[in-house]
Amino acid sequence: MLFPFPPSAAAPRIVITGAGIVTALGIGWKPNAEGFRAGRRAFRPVSLFDVSRQRAKVAAEVDLPVTLPQTTLNARQTARLDRAGMMLLLAANEAWRQAGWESTENLPLVLGTTSGGMTLGEAYFRQALQTPLRKRRQPTRAVYYQAQVQARTVLDAFDSSGPITIISNACASGSNAVGHAWDLIRSGQAECVFAGGYDALSELVFSGFDALQALSPTVCRPFDARRDGLALGEGATMITLETLEHARRRNAPILGELIAYSTSIDHHHLTQPHPQGDTTLKVMSQACATAGIAPTDVDYINAHGTGTVLNDSSEALAIGRWAGSRATTLPVSSTKANVGHLLGAAGAVEAVVCLMALREQWLPTQGAFESPDPACNFPIVNKPRDARINVALSNSFGFGGVNATLIFRRWT
Amino acid sequence: MDVSRIVIAGLGAVSPAGWNVAALREALAKGEPLPVQSVERPGWQKPLRARLVPNPVPRPEFLAHPRLRRTSPVTHYAAAAALEATACLRASPEVKRRLGLIVCLQAGCVQYTCRFFDETLKNPATASPLLFPETVYAAPGSHIAALLKDVTLVYSLVGDPASFLQGIALGAQWLEEKRVDACLVIGAEELNWILADALRYFDRSAILTSGAGALCLCRENEVAAGVKLATITDAHTYSMHRNRNLAARNMRRQLDGGTAGELLYDGLGGSPRADEAERTAWKDWSGVRLSPKRILGEGLMAAAAWQCVAACDAIANGRSTAANVSLVGSNQQTIGARFVRTSPSISHLSASGDAGNIPA
Repeated sequence: MLFPFPPSAAAPRIVITGAGIVTALGIGWKPNAEGFRAGRRAFRPVSLFDVSRQRAKVAAEVDLPVTLPQTTLNARQTARLDRAGMMLLLAANEAWRQAGWESTENLPLVLGTTSGGMTLGEAYFRQALQTPLRKRRQPTRAVYYQAQVQARTVLDAFDSSGPITIISNACASGSNAVGHAWDLIRSGQAECVFAGGYDALSELVFSGFDALQALSPTVCRPFDARRDGLALGEGATMITLETLEHARRRNAPILGELIAYSTSIDHHHLTQPHPQGDTTLKVMSQACATAGIAPTDVDYINAHGTGTVLNDSSEALAIGRWAGSRATTLPVSSTKANVGHLLGAAGAVEAVVCLMALREQWLPTQGAFESPDPACNFPIVNKPRDARINVALSNSFGFGGVNATLIFRRWT
Repeated sequence: MDVSRIVIAGLGAVSPAGWNVAALREALAKGEPLPVQSVERPGWQKPLRARLVPNPVPRPEFLAHPRLRRTSPVTHYAAAAALEATACLRASPEVKRRLGLIVCLQAGCVQYTCRFFDETLKNPATASPLLFPETVYAAPGSHIAALLKDVTLVYSLVGDPASFLQGIALGAQWLEEKRVDACLVIGAEELNWILADALRYFDRSAILTSGAGALCLCRENEVAAGVKLATITDAHTYSMHRNRNLAARNMRRQLDGGTAGELLYDGLGGSPRADEAERTAWKDWSGVRLSPKRILGEGLMAAAAWQCVAACDAIANGRSTAANVSLVGSNQQTIGARFVRTSPSISHLSASGDAGNIPA
């Protein structure tokens, strides 16, 4: 039953046993880990749609494979997947295989996305206007455009079933999805949850950010004094979360532990953060309180760091206020400089970047950075280097004001 | 043993019947399908059919709020339902409450999305930057949070209409964990030609509508209220590999009731094909049965919210001691819920029902 809830017991420890990642750096843990470690940038001229009349011309596009992995989806279902659905399936397959999960009837799936199958929606709109009497493929587009249908396809791919929750808190969606999965396990509603985020590049969204003049016409350089905007990317991440007890029962490999999640709302403006970063400070502080740690215990921050003037100054001020004197030695980077802003996938992808850093003991290198913004009193990681990392924190903020923080601990 | 501690402290609704719960109640009591209007469909001579939300007269003051001036109708509907449902909280402003907000949507902000994409296709250089932020699913929740001020936690959930009960369950979770002191759960939709066009592919007899419904949840010991959340079933997901009829029957099995005098608010709209799973699942029901969609139309997530609002309103008005809500979603899952009266000495809502609150 979704309600009443099971009797509350002591909150279990929650670990991650599988992670799948798809970005413009590649498909899978290995190419992404190598890319994030080296600070590789994955932008190129947009080829998916016409950007000749846009200010910005580049994005981090994913090269999809010709064939999708073997799952229990039938040919019809596979053929109906759009770009976003394919990336989601690729990420889910990697995480599922790595975790060694088996098909089950009650596996909660929590996804974050901002636009689901938007490219299908765009195709529907075009055809409905340009050839209004033509019906071909329109019903399929209308169904597969919806995020819950893409989510359902993921469960079908692994012959599983369970409650599906789609969180669409704009660019915080991916972090909220991972955090909500953590909440479900902590509250005793589930022992295992499949969670992640995904979004594909689409003409509407690209045009939207371009219309807002939020896209960089040069190079996306988060926290740089000369930053002039964000760059868009696309991708997907799925992770398998389970109680430590469950993972140990299965002798599952553990990638890391999720020790805190916090979320709150910034009322300041629909698209602008509070200039002093009040809400960011609040969620970072709340997450630390939940984890029972102090800022001095945090070894790395994967910042939201979009590269826009307003976001980065607000987040920089918040990090400075939160970390105090620790800020001057606390490594921070924004991997959006490498793979772009993945919107609904961003928080989940950045969670996996944190897991990579914790597992392999290096700092994710920000792909572009020259001179720091005066608001930054922390070092930006812009050169590859190994480091001893026990705790990593990831920030995500969205249009509409939802802020979210996740904290991960190294598993040894 | 009934262990529920979550009560429904307030209700709100905007529907083709009008801008409050009283209008919804009146339309459902009358039992006659509301009038149908035309929606122009580009490229077609024959318009599509829909039930439109009437313009409010006079225009509500809250629509002049700086954050609401440029928003699309889904935000207007959701905000109106939110204000009505939280009137009970504003009646005691001295009590500071942390408010949670969960906005559930299926189609979301389709009007501005279509407008913006149309502008993009014509010339992206002149596509309006004012429209784009209003296309995101999170926009209504953000604006309502700014309007209500005390909101500390916001989720925008997307899914088929059964997801509305997931929203209620999430709100109950936030309350039980004491992360908030009250939680507003809203289901809202707006309509346009493209949505009406898409609906025709799946149910030619359905008439699209729009609006919002809202439930304000509180912990039982903190607010006096007449309706309690008793049960929300599991989410029974269905897919190409899992049968929708079976999912509906499994949902039905998890709900009690059916005795004389109890109510069932189902989602039947009159289409034999779309209704089959739900009709079969509830064929054993012997209580009173109401189908709001037959009167109001297919409001997607808003329709799910209206079913819950109507069920709670009926209990609050003493028409029953218990009501079940059956949500058999369009492409994801089936979920049901049961609401019950908290005490035998329940008061009735005021005649106008404008406040939307449910006194104990």
